[in-house]
Amino acid sequence: MVAGAVLCLAAAVSLQVARDRIYAVREQAAERILYVRSGEAARRLTLDFDALAADVYWIRAIQHYGGDRRAGSGDRRYELLFPLLDLTTTLDPYFTIAYRFGAIFLSEAYPGGPGRPDQAERLLRKGIAAQPGKWQYYYDIGFVYYWHVRDYKAAASWFQRAADQPNAPNWLRPLTASMLTTGNDRAAARFLWEQMLQSDQEWLRRNAERRLLQIDALELIDQLEAFVKRYPPPPGEQLTWEWLMRRSPLRQIPTDPTGTPLDLDPVTGHVTVSRESPLQPMPDLDRRSTR
Amino acid sequence: MRAISWIAVSVFRESVRDRVPYNLVLFAVLLIASSFLLGQLTAGQDVKIIKDLGLAATAVFGLFIAIFIGIGLVSKEVERRSIYALLAKPISRPQLILGKYAGLVLTLAVNVAVMTVALYAVLAYMTWTESAQFQSAWDAPGIDPALFKAVFLIFVELMLITALALFFSTFSTPLLSAALTFGLYIVGHFNADLRNFEQVVDSRAAAWLARGLYHVLPDLSAFDVKTEVVHGLAVPAGYVAMTTAYGLIYIALLLLISTVIFSRRDFK
Repeated sequence: MVAGAVLCLAAAVSLQVARDRIYAVREQAAERILYVRSGEAARRLTLDFDALAADVYWIRAIQHYGGDRRAGSGDRRYELLFPLLDLTTTLDPYFTIAYRFGAIFLSEAYPGGPGRPDQAERLLRKGIAAQPGKWQYYYDIGFVYYWHVRDYKAAASWFQRAADQPNAPNWLRPLTASMLTTGNDRAAARFLWEQMLQSDQEWLRRNAERRLLQIDALELIDQLEAFVKRYPPPPGEQLTWEWLMRRSPLRQIPTDPTGTPLDLDPVTGHVTVSRESPLQPMPDLDRRSTR
Repeated sequence: MRAISWIAVSVFRESVRDRVPYNLVLFAVLLIASSFLLGQLTAGQDVKIIKDLGLAATAVFGLFIAIFIGIGLVSKEVERRSIYALLAKPISRPQLILGKYAGLVLTLAVNVAVMTVALYAVLAYMTWTESAQFQSAWDAPGIDPALFKAVFLIFVELMLITALALFFSTFSTPLLSAALTFGLYIVGHFNADLRNFEQVVDSRAAAWLARGLYHVLPDLSAFDVKTEVVHGLAVPAGYVAMTTAYGLIYIALLLLISTVIFSRRDFK
């Protein structure tokens, strides 16, 4: 009897494995369907259990973002990201992390994200409608304008509105002023990400750590390019790290802060972060030292 | 009063014999398994989700107990013909109805209490294993006494649903009683829409009818404060008291009608 049951289970598992192997593509296609797109409809369908349904949609949003981010270049579409986050926040209007991290997901430039700062702002404005006194949402919109849209006037205006909210930290007012004067420089960027590093949300801190590493990499690249200029190769010889290691005090191939070797353009002498580096895609910031 | 408590205890014992407490094991397994899995999936929202899951599971498990046992409280006795033996005893029909109701409420109370202890135990473990910095990101403390407000209102809602199931079971078949109770459970959650019906229709009569239905049908959405509690938002004690009073009055009304119907019922 027991042997029979084990045999049946083994047969079922084998069939399942075989089916998954054959119909894997079909399964992936099904995962990209969102059956309910209206948040209001979902809220009504879930009766008393809207918060639990919001959790389910939040997990789906993370899986969708993570899955597309890891996928090959052709499969990175992120088309369900906003609808999933919209559903999550309609079902649970107080789901702070869904607004804050959702905005980061949405505004991240392609291929790291869908590159939709407009949708990020829409999501955060929804958060403001639910909790008008939450300074973090105003700050996050300012950040989207600063980092992704590069509209420093709009960013300053949102930082000002964040500073006007109750319990807002006192560093927001000087930030508004410096945003209007310095705009796109690394010092402002470093300051903003260092503030983000103090966030109580672990994912926001991790994102800030990565951004600060990118700024460190840009600083390092500036120093290396200045160094490369001091050792131009003689005519006929190609500029490479190996050549520099033979002819200059350089002892090893320089790496970015993640340990990935930096690339050197043999023609222009420009140093760049490798395509293989986890720091890619790199931000475009003015070269003004931050230290 | 002794007769009511005697019937209540026998209903409770019957539910234990019917293996109703098995759902508690399922609840505990669900919570513990979720607490281990969610950390990997939820971007630091595992405590919020465990709270949502624990409160929702308490409501769902209680709903099934209230409906599926509630509809059988009277009809089962009639089907088995044990009603004749019961009524031959020195028990009045209202005492039988109230005793049956109290017994199922006792079963629900034990269930909800054990589930609440299990939920707090899992939350205590998660709080203990997380760093203070991580905990500072939570909207509300892991072991939050405010959760009791949500649990308490879930329990009052379940008492109301039990009264509804019992009410239908006094004059209807079990299948129809289940359908009607579940139907009213759904309608009760949309009830708030009826209040503002005049904003969507021109007919004054329809608007008045909707307003009347809003007051007559049970307003179950009022018992749901889960989202507020999980996010650490204020749920005033006055709101809890008024909603509880509303629930108790509605239950009293249903039990009164149930006893009247049951008292007039002819079992020959």
